[in-house]
Amino acid sequence: MYSHEHLTFLKKLKRQSRHVKVTQLLILLLFLVIWQLAANFGLINTFISSSPKNVLETIYGLMKSGELWYHIWVTTYETIISFSLGTFLGFFIATILWWWPFLAKVLDPYLTILNSLPKVALGPIIIIWAGAGKGSIILMALFISVIITIINVYQSFIEADPHKIKLLQSWKANKWQIYTKLIMPGSLQTMVNALKINVSMSLIGIIMGEFLVSKEGIGYLIMYGSQVFNLDLVMSGVIILGVVATVMYYVVNFIEKRCIKNKI
Amino acid sequence: MKPILRVNHLKKIYHTKQGETPAIEEVSFSLNPGEFIAIVGPSGCGKSTILSILCNLLEKSGGTIETDKDTSFGYMLQQDCLFPWRTILDNCLLGLEITNQNTEKNKQHVLQLLKTYGLEEFIHSYPANLSGGMRQRVALIRTLTTKPDILLLDEPFSALDYQSRLAVSDDVYRIIKREKKSAIMVTHDLAEAISMADRIIVLTERPCQIKNIHSIHFEHRSTPIENRKCKEFSKYYDQIWKEIDFHV
Repeated sequence: MYSHEHLTFLKKLKRQSRHVKVTQLLILLLFLVIWQLAANFGLINTFISSSPKNVLETIYGLMKSGELWYHIWVTTYETIISFSLGTFLGFFIATILWWWPFLAKVLDPYLTILNSLPKVALGPIIIIWAGAGKGSIILMALFISVIITIINVYQSFIEADPHKIKLLQSWKANKWQIYTKLIMPGSLQTMVNALKINVSMSLIGIIMGEFLVSKEGIGYLIMYGSQVFNLDLVMSGVIILGVVATVMYYVVNFIEKRCIKNKI
Repeated sequence: MKPILRVNHLKKIYHTKQGETPAIEEVSFSLNPGEFIAIVGPSGCGKSTILSILCNLLEKSGGTIETDKDTSFGYMLQQDCLFPWRTILDNCLLGLEITNQNTEKNKQHVLQLLKTYGLEEFIHSYPANLSGGMRQRVALIRTLTTKPDILLLDEPFSALDYQSRLAVSDDVYRIIKREKKSAIMVTHDLAEAISMADRIIVLTERPCQIKNIHSIHFEHRSTPIENRKCKEFSKYYDQIWKEIDFHV
């Protein structure tokens, strides 16, 4: 049982968090209402800025025709493929770099250059090499996510506590034992963080790829809309993308909570 | 009594880009079975380097180390180095896993140790839920699990606050004596050294040599905390204090 003061305190906390939520919602509503009103009274040109009503109608139309689910599905599965590949390859290469410090030193400047290079610049090359199809899109996203994964994961590998390594070495542990007992489990938090970054990185890559080559997917929807000057479609695409990205983020968040509860 | 460890003319030079840094000039001593030796000296004089060489973490630049063929070392550091994602029991089993001795019999031994030293109820807890003193006790038990002949303690209490330090040094001393281990402890705390050790080796500044070796005799030797109250304690303290080149 809690004391009266504590209950008041808890109530206050609850009220505060409710206030935050309500305000957040109000901002969104206010924005939508102003947008719609401005459109209704002709303050803005709906041809170039669309309106909430038009967007809703467009999304409803896409939903009814089944196109919506198809495009979401295409973008999602491309993201999942490049995300999984990027994560796996990133960890693998980070492990190799950790294992052979010589290689890490040699590759360091190349990784830095690749990391700073805006990957979209590689788009045309990738398209020429891999063809104007899904391969290019996935490759593009892979490029973006794999480099950042290598850098983050490798960083966490080499930041392992030197005292703990010393302890393991005092039992004459070999490199594999140090890797499996300390380096890997010790980087769990970084790995999950890398997954989080990777989801959004992959999605950026996929959308970029779809802009450049695709005939399907949310990126295509947005690009197509802009080409035929259908701003309702462009806005709908952006909103759908926002929802998809948020859902992906929460899925990874959920996995994080499941994996490392209580352990760090 | 035949010593279980003999260190002869140990020498160590560190090589860095800036040049050669001699850390140990010349150190020779021996350790008898069941004996507790403390090594004191000014900070940075190369005390810890001696322990690192003894348990093969560093190569020596000269001298010899004589032990029986199957003498094993257990190393305990200033940090408890418990792995936060492992339970207390799993942390204690780590050394056995690394040395491929994780048998049911050895596991029972570990459980027995944890039980004997009052940690039984925490075996499934994670290190984050234990106090600094308790964690250091776990670290000692983890060191004991591989049944080393000689314990190497590298400033094992210096990360703890004063109160826990006294309590844990008392515990650790009792555990070491009860398990009949020989030990070499490096510390910068002279009072700690006198209260625990049978002999104290005083080192000079870097590159270190042995300045003096003191045998510590209490008329009624008991636990470290009790030893601090003996009249001989302050005598030794005054005597050795003058020998250490502390620079503040």
